[in-house]
Amino acid sequence: MNKAIRRFKWYDFLWIWSIVYFALGFFNIMFAWLGMIDFLVPIVIAAIKGDKFFCNKLCGRGQLLHHIGTTCKCSRNKPTPRWMVSKWFRYGFLIFFLAMFGVMVFQTWMVASGAASLKEAVRLLWAFDVPWGWTYRGGVLPDWVAQFAFGFYSIMLTSTLIGLVVTVLFKPRSWCVFCPMGTMTQLICRLRNRSALKRAEASDGAEAVPEGAKDAVTGSDTEASSDQDAIQPIRQESAEQS
Amino acid sequence: MAKRQAEIDRDRCVACGACCKVCPREALTIFKGCYAVVDGVRCVGCRKCAAVCPASAVIIREGSR
Repeated sequence: MNKAIRRFKWYDFLWIWSIVYFALGFFNIMFAWLGMIDFLVPIVIAAIKGDKFFCNKLCGRGQLLHHIGTTCKCSRNKPTPRWMVSKWFRYGFLIFFLAMFGVMVFQTWMVASGAASLKEAVRLLWAFDVPWGWTYRGGVLPDWVAQFAFGFYSIMLTSTLIGLVVTVLFKPRSWCVFCPMGTMTQLICRLRNRSALKRAEASDGAEAVPEGAKDAVTGSDTEASSDQDAIQPIRQESAEQS
Repeated sequence: MAKRQAEIDRDRCVACGACCKVCPREALTIFKGCYAVVDGVRCVGCRKCAAVCPASAVIIREGSR
């Protein structure tokens, strides 16, 4: 049996969830609240498990953009511009996104306190309001619940649109470079695993497989070093021939 | 006599995992959600990871074969 052939896991189909989410919000805006799963689960996993399991295996958007770019051949496959990959842009975009999220929460609070009335529209790219009123029937739940739903759906749709644009212009998963959730979870992981990272950097120099990297997928912080002898550091090999 | 190998620029890597998914030899893993790591034994230098990486964080070290 060829071990290199990967079997499909259940989470390999979560790109369908991405499509379902937007379809649901097109008919009833209250479904937009389900997007909070995609907001909270990555952070919880990063805080508790200490790795990017969500990004790597569960993110429906990453899978969908990969399929659109690769399977559907919609990507130009040009390298993402350096400025987009830079820490400046990634952290800047994260701060911008959190600020916009804060504004959305503020608008929800305004409706909750009665200072503003419900706006039944989806705001794309923080500027273009699209009427979305057929998706809200009103009645049972307070207006602020619907306001949050409209706002959250706007954010999800905006970021997906940006993701689609960079998928087409650059690489299929270019969005992942500056995805706010990705940047946040990587920061949490860096903070949470700083001692393990220091050990990895110090123990065998630049490019060798860090101690515990064999358990990288599970994110366990073991002291196992039995693999160190088997794996040759890449730098050493290059130095030999140059 | 070293074979062609992939190497990760840890400052550029965003740990998205696209390289891990595309590697036919499962030679890439994400270390603690911070950066990708290449298993030097499994890697055969096919360059699929470098092609898919959205952050252009994969460097291919040419071998001497």
